[in-house]
Order: sequence, then C-alpha cells, then structure tokens
Amino acid sequence: MANGTEVRRVDRVVIRFAGDSGDGMQLTGDRFTSETASFGNDLSTLPNFPAEIRAPAGTLPGVSSFQLHFADHDILTPGDAPNVLVAMNPAALKANIADVPRGAEIIVNTDEFTKRPMAKVGYATSPLEDGSLDAYRVHGVPLTTLTVEALKDFGLSRKEAERSKNMFALGLLSWMYHRPTENTEKFLRQKFAKKPDIAEANIVAFRAGWNFGETTEDFAVSYEVAPATKAFPAGVYRNISGNLALSYGLIAAARQADLPLYLGSYPITPASDILHELSRHKNFGVRTFQAEDEIAGIGAALGAAFGGALGVTTTSGPGVALKSETIGLAVSLELPLLIVDIQRGGPSTGLPTKTEQADLLQAMYGRNGEAPVPIVAPRTAADCFDATLEAARIALTYRTPVFVLSDGYLANGSEPWRVPHPDELPDLRTRFATAPNHTLADGTEVFWPYKRDPQTLARPWAVPGTPGLEHRIGGIEKQDGTGNISYDPANHDHMVRTRQAKIDGIAVPDLEVDDPTGTARTLVLGWGSTYGPITAAVRRLRAQGTAIAQAHLRHLNPFPANLEEVLARYERVVVPEMNLGQLATLIRARYLVDARSHTQVNGMPFKAEQLAEVLQEAIDD
Amino acid sequence: MTEALSLIPRAEAALAARDFKSDQEVRWCPGCGDYAVLAAVQGFMPELGLARENIVFVSGIGCSSRFPYYMNTYGMHSIHGRAPAIATGLASSRRDLSVWVVTGDGDALSIGGNHLIHALRRNVNLKILLFNNRIYGLTKGQYSPTSEVGKITKSTPMGSLDAPFNPVSLALGAEATFVARTIDSDRKHLTEVLRQAADHPGTALVEIYQNCNIFNDGAFDALKDQEQAREAVIRLEHGRPIRFGTDDTKGVTRNPDTGDLEVITVTPDNEHRVLTHDAHATSPTTAFALSRLADPDTLHHTPIGVFRDTTRPVYDTLMADQLEAAVEQHGKADLGALLTGTDSWTVTPSR
Repeated sequence: MANGTEVRRVDRVVIRFAGDSGDGMQLTGDRFTSETASFGNDLSTLPNFPAEIRAPAGTLPGVSSFQLHFADHDILTPGDAPNVLVAMNPAALKANIADVPRGAEIIVNTDEFTKRPMAKVGYATSPLEDGSLDAYRVHGVPLTTLTVEALKDFGLSRKEAERSKNMFALGLLSWMYHRPTENTEKFLRQKFAKKPDIAEANIVAFRAGWNFGETTEDFAVSYEVAPATKAFPAGVYRNISGNLALSYGLIAAARQADLPLYLGSYPITPASDILHELSRHKNFGVRTFQAEDEIAGIGAALGAAFGGALGVTTTSGPGVALKSETIGLAVSLELPLLIVDIQRGGPSTGLPTKTEQADLLQAMYGRNGEAPVPIVAPRTAADCFDATLEAARIALTYRTPVFVLSDGYLANGSEPWRVPHPDELPDLRTRFATAPNHTLADGTEVFWPYKRDPQTLARPWAVPGTPGLEHRIGGIEKQDGTGNISYDPANHDHMVRTRQAKIDGIAVPDLEVDDPTGTARTLVLGWGSTYGPITAAVRRLRAQGTAIAQAHLRHLNPFPANLEEVLARYERVVVPEMNLGQLATLIRARYLVDARSHTQVNGMPFKAEQLAEVLQEAIDD
Repeated sequence: MTEALSLIPRAEAALAARDFKSDQEVRWCPGCGDYAVLAAVQGFMPELGLARENIVFVSGIGCSSRFPYYMNTYGMHSIHGRAPAIATGLASSRRDLSVWVVTGDGDALSIGGNHLIHALRRNVNLKILLFNNRIYGLTKGQYSPTSEVGKITKSTPMGSLDAPFNPVSLALGAEATFVARTIDSDRKHLTEVLRQAADHPGTALVEIYQNCNIFNDGAFDALKDQEQAREAVIRLEHGRPIRFGTDDTKGVTRNPDTGDLEVITVTPDNEHRVLTHDAHATSPTTAFALSRLADPDTLHHTPIGVFRDTTRPVYDTLMADQLEAAVEQHGKADLGALLTGTDSWTVTPSR
C-alpha cells in the first residue's frame, strides 16, 4: 500500500451496510457482493429492509441494511454479527449497534451526525463524542462532504451529488478489503447508460472512496481474505439469489419437460421478483400473466396446465390463503401445477419483507376436505434451482399440484452457485395421452380420464386438441376411472384414499444423516432455509468435540420413507424452526417421537452461535 | 374466416348436433330454461365447422355451470366465479382452441365479478355465456345480484335491499368489445347472437335471459308472451332503425336536451329522428344508453341483440406477438447462456 498501510490476512469477514431506505444500501451491498463473488470468496448475504418504499427519512423504521459474510473457506450463513458496520446516519447506527460486538469497526458518515438527525432517533448527545462507542473502533468519515467535493466539477446540484455517497462508501470498503473494482465500474456504466453524466459521477465517487482509504491515515489496516479455493469444486460459478435461482429453475424445468411455461401471478412481496424475472425471458416461450388477483393468478396457471403447459403461480402466505380453493380444485383435477410460496412473517399482512417458515401447515393442510399436496423446500439460495426442478418432476410424474416452500431469507439472500450445464439437468419429459385407454364390455374403445397408472396412480393428461379424447373434469367428486360425476359413498371413500395414496406413494430420496462419528445421541432435524444456520451451529459443536447428528428435510410431503427409522436411532430430536413448531408437530403426530421444538419468529434467520448453545443444552439435558 | 376462428383446426367431416351431445344424463330440473340453451348451442356448434377436440367449455359453479358435462367437447367444471380466470390461462396459452365460458348471474356477477370485468377489459379470446335467471338456483332460491330490489326470498324475507347490476351496462363499462343479450326461449335469436359472438375476435359477453321455473318462474314472461313482447322487446340489428311494437309504430330516439334515449311513437314527421343501430360504433355511449332503456321492474323496452361489436387487439394475440418479438430481440432461448449470466467466474481444478 502506498502509505504503508498494514495488510492483515483474515479468514472471514462480516460487513453490514446500513442507511436510510433511500441511501442505496441494497445496491451497495449487491455490488460489494459481486466484487467478492468474482474474487472467489465463498459468501452469504442477508438483505434487510422495511416494507415501506421510502419510510420517513432518518427514522429507525426507515433503516435498510445489507449484511455480507465472505470467507476463504466454505460458509453457510450471512454471519451472526458484523465485524464492520457502515452507518450512513444516526438512525442506522442506533438500529444496528446492538448487533455489533465490542471491538468491531464502525464507519459512520459524520455529516449526518448533526442535531436534528440525532434528535430524531433520540440521541441527546452525539454518540461519536460522548464515549458511548469507546468499545468500538470508530472511523468518522464525512462521506457526504467528500462525495460532493469529489463531484464538484460535474455541475450537479448538491442533492444530486449527495446521492453518490453510497458509491464513495463502496469504494472505501472495496479498498479496505482489496476487492476488484472493474465490474462495478462496468455495472455503473450499464445501469446509467442513458445518463452518462450520472454514471461518471458515481464512478468518480467510487474511486474517490477508494483513494480516500488509501491516503488517509485513519485507516491504518486493510484486510485480505483469500479466495476460497478449496470450497469450490472446478466449474463455472456465479452469485445467485434464491428468487433468481427459482426463476431459472422454472425456465429449466419447462425446457427439460419440453413444455411451455405459463406463470399466473399477482405482485406480492417477497415473491414479485420471480414474476419480474420470468417476464424478461419471453424468448424462452415463457408466458407471464399478471392477473387481477391471487385467485386469477393460480386460475390462469391451472387453465394453462389443462391446455398442456407447465403452469406455475408464485406468491407469499396471504396469497396462498386466497389460492386455497383453486389448489383444492387442482388436487381434484389431478393436473400438474407448481405453487411457489415465498414465506414471510404472518399472520395476515404480517412482516412482508421479513422471513418466516410459518406456512408449512398451511401448505400441508390449508384446504377443505382431504387435499394432500406434495411439498418441496429448498435449503439455500442456490438450492432453489434444484428444488424447483424436483417439484416439477413430482408435479409432472404424479399429475398433482406441488408446493415449493421458499422464504424471504432465501429469496433475497445470495451465494455462489456452480452453474450446471444444461446436459446435467434431469429429463422431465412427460407423455400426453393420445389414444383411448379403456375397452368397454361391448368392445368399444374409450378414454377414461381417471384411469390411473398402476405404479404412480397418476391419471392420464389428455390436452384439448387431441381427437377422440374429449372429456370433462371438475371439482365435483368423480367416479374412479370414468371421471363422471358420482355421489356414491363407497366411490368417494375410494377416491379420497386413492388421492392420498398417490401422494404418499411419491418416490422421494431417503433422508441423509450427517453423523460423522456415529456416536451422536442427539439429532437436529431441520427443513428449508434453516439449513445454513443449523449446519454452522453443528460445525461449532463438533469443533468443540461434541457429537451431534444432523438431517435436513427437503421433502415435507411425503416425508422420506426412512424418516421414522432415522428418528428412532437417536435419543433426542431437536427441531429448530422459524415458526412455533410446525414440523415438530407433524413429526410428533406422525411418528410419536418426543421431538423438542426450538423456535424463533423475529423475522430473521437463526444465528449460528445461539443455535449452537441451544443444541448444546439439549445434548447436556 | 375471421381472426377469432382462423387459428382453430377445422373438422375433417361435417358434424351434427348429436356429435356435441355427451353420454351424460342431463340433470337440470324439468322445464328449466337451460335445456333450451343447451339444445341451441349443440345445434349451432356444427355450423362453426371447428374440430370438436379444439372446443373447450369452462364453467364455474351454479346450475348453468353443469353445462360442460353435457357437451361432447373438452370441458372443465371449475369453482365458483373463477371460470373466466381459468379460461384466460387456457385461451392465452392455446390460440388453437375455441374457449367458451358458461356462467350465471351469481357466478359471474357476485363471487366472480372481478374476473369477469378483467377478462372483458383484456379482450381475451373467450365467449362468455351468462345465464341470467335473476336468482340463485343451486343454493335453492336466494336473491342474486340481478334480482329486483325488494325481492322476497329465503334469505330476504323482508325483501332484498341492494340495487341490481345490469350485466350489459356492466360489461360496457368494463371495456367489453362485444356485448349482446338474448332469451333462452327464442332459439332463432339465440343462435344468431351465438353466431356473431363466435365470430368476434376477443371477449364476447352474451347475456341470456333464462327462466328458473323453480325459484323465479316467469321472470321474463313480459318478454316471452307474444302479445306483451311486441311492445316490450326491442330487437337491435346493426344498420337498422331501432323500431318495435305492433307494425313498428315505436322507435328509439335521442332526446336532444338530455342526450338520453327515449321511446317515441313514430310518425312521418319524426321518423327521421329514430336512431339507426350501430353496433360497430367506437364509442360505447349509445350502447350504454340502450342498456339503460328497459324498466328494471317491468322489463318494458328491453333491447335484445348485439349492443356492441367492435374491434380491439386480442390479448392472446398480443401475448404471442411479444413472445415472437422477444426472440427477434434477444435471439432464441439459450439456457446455458442464461444460467451462466454475465458475471460468472471459473474455478479450475486445483492440483
């Protein structure tokens, strides 16, 4: 370094950018993530923002943050606590300081620490001067002034120039952590292609931030985090968020099934990005229909499925509630359909931008009558791709609606993903019925829409336009085989049990148990997005010499066939969930296992350290 | 061949009404107006010359919604009010299909009102047959959104309180491109309206006045009785003066002061003031005024026929065009390139 700065090597870092909703913290975090991904670190991110688009400026509810954990080895979570907090204003400092451990670095924009903004969040004296931050290494930087100064030749108004202060901060952090910068400059040129002045101003602010770090003596140390070479098998990688991976999973599933993709959806946080993404790829034959409401979204998807498309609807919990009747119809019609639920805090409108896993029982049981629906839950952001392909396989093979249960944490968080070659993807091709499938006593060949495949119990998918197979289906109970309306009691009993048997009989892979010593007496069982924190907690325990077994469910309905046997192997089963114990309830009911529930519903993912303590207590109990 | 039908495969051989009868026993109440509509539709379908397997009937819930079971075509009997949404997905993904929606006043205007108006504004290639009997039949006789105010029913023993919808007015307000009204018992008129609806590119709404002889018998008698009908029914025909009554002595004219429509007795002096029906008019104003002409209680001066038949781009066509345009702009789908993106890096095998 030019000024003789010390360079310190560290194995991992957690940075949190925090500012006002309008300060561009998500963009700043995204860019730092991209730089980090292309540098070759393993990483995991946690965007955290309010539901309001622009909450009142400078207030605590208006604080938006982005946390990034990156390392020279493989990591599983966005990190429990930041090593560095970037606070763009007093509100950001106040909202986040409790999460910052003593000794951590805090970079604050001193320009904002004036009387009014501080008073707005209840600082009677300046925390920068009253000693309350003595336990931290605080860097006061006049980010706004420096940015405006750097851009003085651009002829921008002060307000316009101030907007680039996030890029100044990004430049400073990029210097501190030796991040590559070319892609950020390229990105800014593309983003502001129509406003080259603004692009240049942002780039100048970005470089000024970098240069500031390099020249000022306040920053005596910079850090190197080596690429995580061992964490990544050979291949092509990119950074990907859960919603993007899920969108690509849908496009890939349709291609692998050789069916057109039809998305019927209504905008809802945090699922809307899937609608946005799919609507950009019409050249893949993707039809996206923004419906008048949630019900019409799934209705259109089901109509398209009747016509032979891979029908999909995307939503969050409140939307699932509205779609319930149509999901029941899909169960009765026995047509393939994907229902993507990006879970958020509930009940009702709840916490639209925060994460939760509390829709499991809604997905499992939230319909009238006996209406079983398979459930697949991705475990990481990148896994949203594979889980979606798996859900499509089940839907197409068994002619059934299938839930994909993701959540806000997976949806918006990101991590490196080894990009699969299209040839590696599963073959999802399915057959439409083309000819009569039944012979009547008098020798007449007819088509019976509910004559099932003896193996899978799936019924034939005969799409309109196929001559000779004209048939009618509906939500009224139908006679087995013929599909004609039937109110016969014995037939209804048979049909209810058959629909259940079809779902129960779905072939799903056995549950894998990670129990390296084979001596563990406690099993931690999770599902969905808790995979990262649970695995990180398990690693901590094992590093201390504690034996613990871990298993993570991807299939929630049906459960893997060996689940009962796995549960029986352990003295104790602990089930951590971001709800009040929904999987634990299912496990206890189904297998009579005294599963211990550990729950958290604060809108945030588990922290590995706390979870490790909980597991240790369970083991010691 | 019109745009509405041009993409649908033709039947190889001529079909007859019996080809459209399914093997299911029809289970409406004896004397129900639905029988007449079913017979008219089955009788009219062969005329279209379409391949039977490319015709789909989608319905919601209610007496009329059993319709698809009786048609030997593809069909779906769905859930209450949702047929337009389901049919939208089908029609917008399969332009080679002729998609018909069968619904009722409760199904389309109460629980499914939202889907109906949005289907109409989008102009999806759907033909919607709205059986209006001004009562809930399948749930046994509660008042419906088209029942007259003060209707005494099981759920309104002291009379209903809410003002009814006028389905034609509603459809016109929802930007419908084709709106018509006909009567179950007038097979000739019903068939002619169906013919024009089938020919229409985009959403066609056909309100069919249909008698429920169990729970609302005689609701449309004023329009059916030979004597009364002559004075009560106004038959709209595009390009023809709007005249009715014995010897066409009555006519519809615009009041120059209010702009409203009114009925006059035609004389040589005022004959020139009688409106000529223009279903193709760009503005829906006159069609809307016609829809308000009838007395909601006595049904006197009820226009039937095609109120509006105009052309606007069809949703399914626009959707398909965007798919083609996307291929022109971005090239054909390349999954590998999509997955790799523009910000990827390569990890080489470590030695």
